[in-house]
This record gives sequence, C-alpha cells and structure tokens, in this order.
Amino acid sequence: MNILVCAKQVPNTKNVTTDPETGRINREGVESILNPDDANALEAALQIKDKDPENVKVTVISMGPDQAKDMLIECLAMGADDAILLSDRKFGGSDTWATSNAIAAGMAKFNKERGGFDLILGGRQAIDGDTAQVGPQIAEKLGVPQVTYAQKIDIDGKKITVDRQLEDGYETIEINMPCMITCVKELNTPRYMNVGRIYDAYEQPERIVTWGFDDVDIAEDETGLKPSPTNVFTSFAPAPKGAGRKLEGTDQEMVTELMKELQEKHYI
Amino acid sequence: MARVAENERSAWKGVWVFAEQRDGVLNPVAIELLGEGKKLADDIGTDLCALLLGENVDGLAKELISYGAQKVYVADNALLKNYTTDAYTKVVCEAIDEFKPEIILLGATHIGRDLGPRVAKRTTTGLTADCTHLDYDTDKYMQFLAGVTQAKVPEERVAKNRENLKMTRPAFGGNLMATIICPATRPQMATVRPGVMDKAVKDDSRTGEVININTTLTADDIRTKIIDIVKTAKDMVSLTDAEIIVSGGAGLGGPEGFKLMQEFADTVGGVVGASRAAVDSGWIDHSHQVGQTGTTVKPKIYFACGISGAIQHLAGMQNSDIIVAINKNEIAPIFEVADYGLVGDLYKIVPLLIEEFKKLA
Ligand SMILES: Cc1cc2nc3c(=O)[nH]c(=O)nc-3n(C[C@H](O)[C@H](O)[C@H](O)COP(=O)(O)OP(=O)(O)OC[C@H]3O[C@@H](n4cnc5c(N)ncnc54)[C@H](O)[C@@H]3O)c2cc1C
Ligand SMILES: Nc1ncnc2c1ncn2[C@@H]1O[C@H](COP(=O)(O)O)[C@@H](O)[C@H]1O
Repeated sequence: MNILVCAKQVPNTKNVTTDPETGRINREGVESILNPDDANALEAALQIKDKDPENVKVTVISMGPDQAKDMLIECLAMGADDAILLSDRKFGGSDTWATSNAIAAGMAKFNKERGGFDLILGGRQAIDGDTAQVGPQIAEKLGVPQVTYAQKIDIDGKKITVDRQLEDGYETIEINMPCMITCVKELNTPRYMNVGRIYDAYEQPERIVTWGFDDVDIAEDETGLKPSPTNVFTSFAPAPKGAGRKLEGTDQEMVTELMKELQEKHYI
Repeated sequence: MARVAENERSAWKGVWVFAEQRDGVLNPVAIELLGEGKKLADDIGTDLCALLLGENVDGLAKELISYGAQKVYVADNALLKNYTTDAYTKVVCEAIDEFKPEIILLGATHIGRDLGPRVAKRTTTGLTADCTHLDYDTDKYMQFLAGVTQAKVPEERVAKNRENLKMTRPAFGGNLMATIICPATRPQMATVRPGVMDKAVKDDSRTGEVININTTLTADDIRTKIIDIVKTAKDMVSLTDAEIIVSGGAGLGGPEGFKLMQEFADTVGGVVGASRAAVDSGWIDHSHQVGQTGTTVKPKIYFACGISGAIQHLAGMQNSDIIVAINKNEIAPIFEVADYGLVGDLYKIVPLLIEEFKKLA
C-alpha cells in the first residue's frame, strides 16, 4: 500500500510580524516549520504503517523552494520512507488552483513510475495562507473522492471509515481507496523525530528526490503566477483596535465602575 | 469555459449565495451572505440569488425570498438530502454552466470549505478563502482601505479592476490582510467567514422567482457513504448568535473554572466561550473555541477571563462591540484590544460581577 502525504513548509506564524508601512511580512528570523496539520496527516500515515511495516510505504510530497528539504528530512526522521520535492521557478507564485495542478502532476508521475497510490493524506489547512483548498483541489484534479476535516480514521481493506468534524459534532463517512483525506489536529498527536532516523536521513540524501517543471507532465498555462486565477490586489497590516482603558482601584471599585460604564452606554 | 474574455464577462450575471442547510434548517451564515450579497448586487446593478440544494426544500426557498433573494435556484432531490462532496459539487457545477453567475459566495463552514474548492477547480476559476470584507464598488473599497492602512495601490491597477470583486481576508494567522481579485475567470468565488457580515432583514411580503436546476445526478456519482451524523454540541449556533459571551482561558487553571464561567454566563444570559489553550487542556469541548481555528464571534459584550490575547484568539473576537478583559498580568496583550481592562484575579472579580448582575435582574 502506497500512502502519499502532502506536507508544506511554512513560516511559524506565531512569531510573524507585519511592517505597517509596507504591509509586508517580516520574514527575517522567523523559523520555518512543518505545517502543523500536515504533521497530523503524516502521523496518521505512520500509524497505518506501524500496523503493517512490510507492506505500507509512506512518501511525503511537497512543493516549495529547495530549503523545504529541511522539513522533508524532519518527515523522514519521523518515519516516512522517502520524499518528493516539487521545485521549480515555474511553480513559483502559484495560487491554490495552480499549486494543486503541480502537486497532482507530481502524483501522476509517482503513479506511473512507482506503482499507484492508494491513499493521499494532507492537512486541513496551511497556516500561511489558511485556505484549506489545496487538498480538495488535488483530489478534484486527480478525480478521486475526498473527506475533509478528518478527526478519526479506520482502515479495513480498501474501505476507510472517517469521522469528519462538523461545527456541532461529526459525521461518520465510508470511502474507498484511492481517495484524499485532509486531517485536523484532533486526529492524533504527531510523534517526535527519532535520533537514529535523523542520522539516516542525512546519510541517505537519495531518499529525497527533486522534480522540476520538465520532469512532470504539466503545461505552462497550468501552474505558476500568471495562469493562477486569483491575484493579490493589495496586502496590508491589520488595523490595530485602539486599546480602551484600564480601570483602577480595588476589585470592587473596578467592578462598580465597569457596571456604571456598561449601563451608561446602554450595553446592559 | 472559465477563462472569460473581457467582452464576454457581461454574460455572467447575478450574485449567488449558497444557502447552506442541514435537516431543513438554514445555516445562519446563509442569511449573513444574503445581507452582504444584497450590497454587492446593488452596486453591480444585478440580481441577488440564492442557490439551494436539498430534499423537500420548498419552505426554505420561501424563507430565502423573505430574506431578500430575488431568484432561488433549487435542486430538490433525495440524493441531496445530506451534504456529500460529490453530489453537491456536480449539481453546483451544472447550475454554474447553465446560468453563469458573476459571483458566488459560500459560508466558510465545514461544508463551504469542502465544496468551494472542488467547484472552483472543476469550473477552472479562482476561490478566495475565508473572506472578512467584500467590495465591488471601487470607491467604497478605496475608502475602506484608507481607513485601515496608509499603503497605496497603483492607480493603474485600480483602474483595471473596477469591475472585479475585491475580496479581503486575513492570512499568516491574522498578521496580514490581503485583498484578492479573480480578474480573468468567472464566476468569482469566495467563502466568507461566519459571524462577520450583517444579517439580511426578513420581510415576508417580498416575492421572488423559484427556478429549478436541471441535473443529471445519479446515485453512482456519490462515492462516499454517510453512516451516521452525531451532534455533540448544542451551543455552537448560539455562540455566533450570542449577545454576550463569557470566555475562559488557561488562566482558569482547570476544568472547574468553567463552572464559574457557566454561572456567569447564566446570570448575564450569555454563552460560554474558550481559548484554544483551555480546549487543548481538555477542560471544555472544541465547539466552544473562539478564534482563528474556532468560531468567529461578534457579541455586544465579550468577557475574556484569564485569556492572554494571542493573535489567533483575537482573530475570532476583536470585532465584538465591547471587550472586557480580566487578567492578572497587566501587560497581557488582551489589554491592547480591551475597551475595559480589569487587572486582577478572575476568581475574585468574576464572583463580584455575578453579584452585580444579579442585582440588575
Ligand atoms: C495555527 C494556530 C491556530 C490557533 N487558533 C486559535 C484559536 O482559534 N483560538 C485560540 O484561542 N487560540 C488559538 N491558537 C493558540 C494561541 O496562539 C494561544 O496559544 C492561546 O489563545 C492561548 O490561550 P490562553 O490565552 O487561554 O492561554 P495563555 O496564553 O496561557 O494565557 C493565560 C492568561 O491567563 C492569565 N491568568 C492566569 N491566572 C489568572 C487568574 N487567576 N486571574 C486572571 N488571569 C489569570 C495569565 O496572566 C495569562 O495572560 C492557535 C495557535 C496556532 C498556532
Ligand atoms: N506547497 C505545498 N506542498 C505540499 N502540500 C501542500 C502545499 N500547499 C498545500 N499543501 C497541502 O494542502 C493542505 C492545505 O493547504 P492550504 O490550501 O494552503 O491551506 C496543506 O495542509 C498541505 O497538506
């Protein structure tokens, strides 16, 4: 069984700041990490592999610049068998439509050369763009069914049972492989990297292959900045909401003052 | 289709709102989208339309009309009773092919964010996720922009995009706002964050047209099977609708703290919210989480108790009318957005507040 895991290297948005003048993200000094939901997707794949290590192969696939290899090494150190990096200037500037074309093209090549994939796992969303669109769009491009927001996955032969998170609960869905499942953090707790495996990953660089535009079956008008249907019109720093005031005095005095304010302004 | 030459764009007409429903009940976001869609349709000078899929949904079509939909495109089919990706994608794409809408808005819900990307991909158009502000009229957009930033947009770019929807959304965990356009393909699609737009006002005297969608949907199109639908939370909808929210964070120190939050909420007639830290600790169900990966709320009063005010939390509550923060750390970032800040121990202050509110009753 072949499992493909879509993983993206993202800036740790917890530490990102924006320049209020230029509206640009200050990337300096911000670490790059494995997208959190993608770590859950990889963990789900590795749990399937743990049950049948001989027959399950986990391949991580990512589109991004060369430095994304650092993240892929991390994935190998968690237990993935190998990794594919789709990297080419021609992929740069892609929106979700164009990104999903490139990743789907990589998967089609995998299908041809390495035996078909059975299951694709991805994160629900990447914390840089927060779109949650790339997973479903890869599935659509490949013509496979999908379940998004997976919070529980059970596999029985070719049949998978997934609990899909809803706003007020969940639904249990049956789906057959091959299919795409996107994962939320409630699914599992990602394992740590294993020191021996970190060492192995550095010793065996051939486990990470890089495919460029010419290596996969894709047209000029399917990927990159120009063919992308959406463009950024402008970007800017969010307006800070002006701070109000801190109330003074003892606990009781603050509470009394708050009640007076809320009543005077007709909030209560 | 999809890439549409400039002189053919006028063939794409109408602002469509996807009327998400479950069990015959409209998701409140559908009514918010009708409110926002009306403004856009008026600025464009086109119809506001609803797109309704389900089984036995006649009553809902009427409801949508009373909320302002001039046309309701309906697919009423037993195969559409419950949402499935395959069935809904097929029917929505068929409707797009047949009727060619200029704009489609969906709620950024678990259904909208499953359906939207698939539809956009199949129709080869763009989709902007989780928008919090929309403009068609360029002057209104420029006014909005001037109110939030000094950044300027090149004149030429402005002139070129007068007839494109300007879709604004947070990115990078709320650290950046981006306005996205979809200039060369139609329809222009967006998912819109629930709880942000103002709801349409109901008027039962409104009339409108109901139009059936022709579909070739069969059971074989649906490759997933729903075994069960389980409700674990009843508060979900009320969180977005609540006038007062009492939220607790890691500062509660343990699950018992939520008993105090519940007592406070009951006293003020509000609903309990939570930060992710409290949810991750297992003190309260995820459905109570407010923020970027939880619910976006806009109550009249938001009480933040023992919440530090991380940007991902602020992303979900900073548009509340009034924010009251109770935190013992006087430099907690929550005080930067709070209208009223009370520095102190929530276990001392909240009981006093409960007493005061009881006096009002
Ligand atoms: C991708 C991503 C998505 C996220 N999405 C969300 C989201 O949707 N919602 C969300 O909330 N967070 C989200 N987070 C997490 C967020 O970054 C913060 O970690 C979280 O909001 C912190 O919760 P907190 O304020 O309760 O806890 P803390 O940051 O630990 O703050 C606790 C506060 O309580 C105060 N305190 C302690 N004891 C008392 C007392 N007795 N009385 C008064 N005050 C007291 C402390 O001074 C402190 O300020 C997300 C993070 C990531 C990376
Ligand atoms: N460049 C990428 N490389 C690999 N996987 C990606 C990439 N972009 C997005 N994905 C996958 O798609 C999911 C959703 O991403 P997004 O639509 O950007 O929020 C992520 O969690 C990843 O699993």
